[in-house]
Amino acid sequence: MWRWFHQWGSPKFFYHRSGALIPVLALASGLILGAGVFWGLLIAPADYQQGESVRIMYVHVPAAILAQSSYAMMAVMALISLIWRLKIADAAVQTVAPIGACITLLALATGSLWGKPMWGTYWVWDARLTSTLILFFLFAGVLALRNAAGQSQTAGRAASVLAVIGLLNLPIIKYSVDWWFTLHQPASFTLTDRPAMPFSMWGPLLMMVVGFYAWFFLAWLIRLRHELVKRERRSDWVQQMMKQ
Amino acid sequence: MSFETITAFLAMGGYATYVFASYGLTALTLGGLLLAESRRHRAWLQRQGARRRSEEA
Repeated sequence: MWRWFHQWGSPKFFYHRSGALIPVLALASGLILGAGVFWGLLIAPADYQQGESVRIMYVHVPAAILAQSSYAMMAVMALISLIWRLKIADAAVQTVAPIGACITLLALATGSLWGKPMWGTYWVWDARLTSTLILFFLFAGVLALRNAAGQSQTAGRAASVLAVIGLLNLPIIKYSVDWWFTLHQPASFTLTDRPAMPFSMWGPLLMMVVGFYAWFFLAWLIRLRHELVKRERRSDWVQQMMKQ
Repeated sequence: MSFETITAFLAMGGYATYVFASYGLTALTLGGLLLAESRRHRAWLQRQGARRRSEEA
């Protein structure tokens, strides 16, 4: 276990081994997202209350789930970076943040586009929306701190500390619909209960969630590999690679 | 298929603007980010290669 952990913690090992995953993830995300969009947009039934606007769910819910889980992943990497000082964990924090910020903005934007026809407004300061906006600011804060003072270790540690503290926001987002009176509907998916909607609706939703995850790991891997090569550009293995 | 005609699909029950704007925004974000990441990496590799060649020359 520890040997595996240390192997994958080496930038050189990670860079060489992870390259093979890129075409696999590209193919998987393209196929799954393509099939999910086709299913959600053309085959899935309309909702008896929300009509065809419910099709926004197939892009909004996966974006919202991914926004929160990418933050959780970033916080775990930040913790690893703070405890074990692994270079790759620090690079992971720096590379997850911009992708997570974009996905959080996408979740907010698609939510607004769904909110307008259903609630009559693009935005309302309710608990779920506000805590998700805070999630975006947390991503932006981590990114700003990491890029402050160049690539110094202090900036890295400050960004990691903020990322870990920001974890407190995740349960607030999740339980905001239970703790406060909000316009936002309860969770579409839970790990313990059967979905309340029929398979013809949760099938494409699950497919889109899987597709979003495949896309995320693809985008993150490309960014992380770029960051690692940039950081290690003076090392022998990168110099060797540039010669080829 | 949930729609009987292409016109019904394009109308989206009166919610076409919101539905297609959501999907368009998603495609733009996911596609744009991937494209930007790949281009950035390729441009960096090219710059490094050019620098190496000029150092060797």
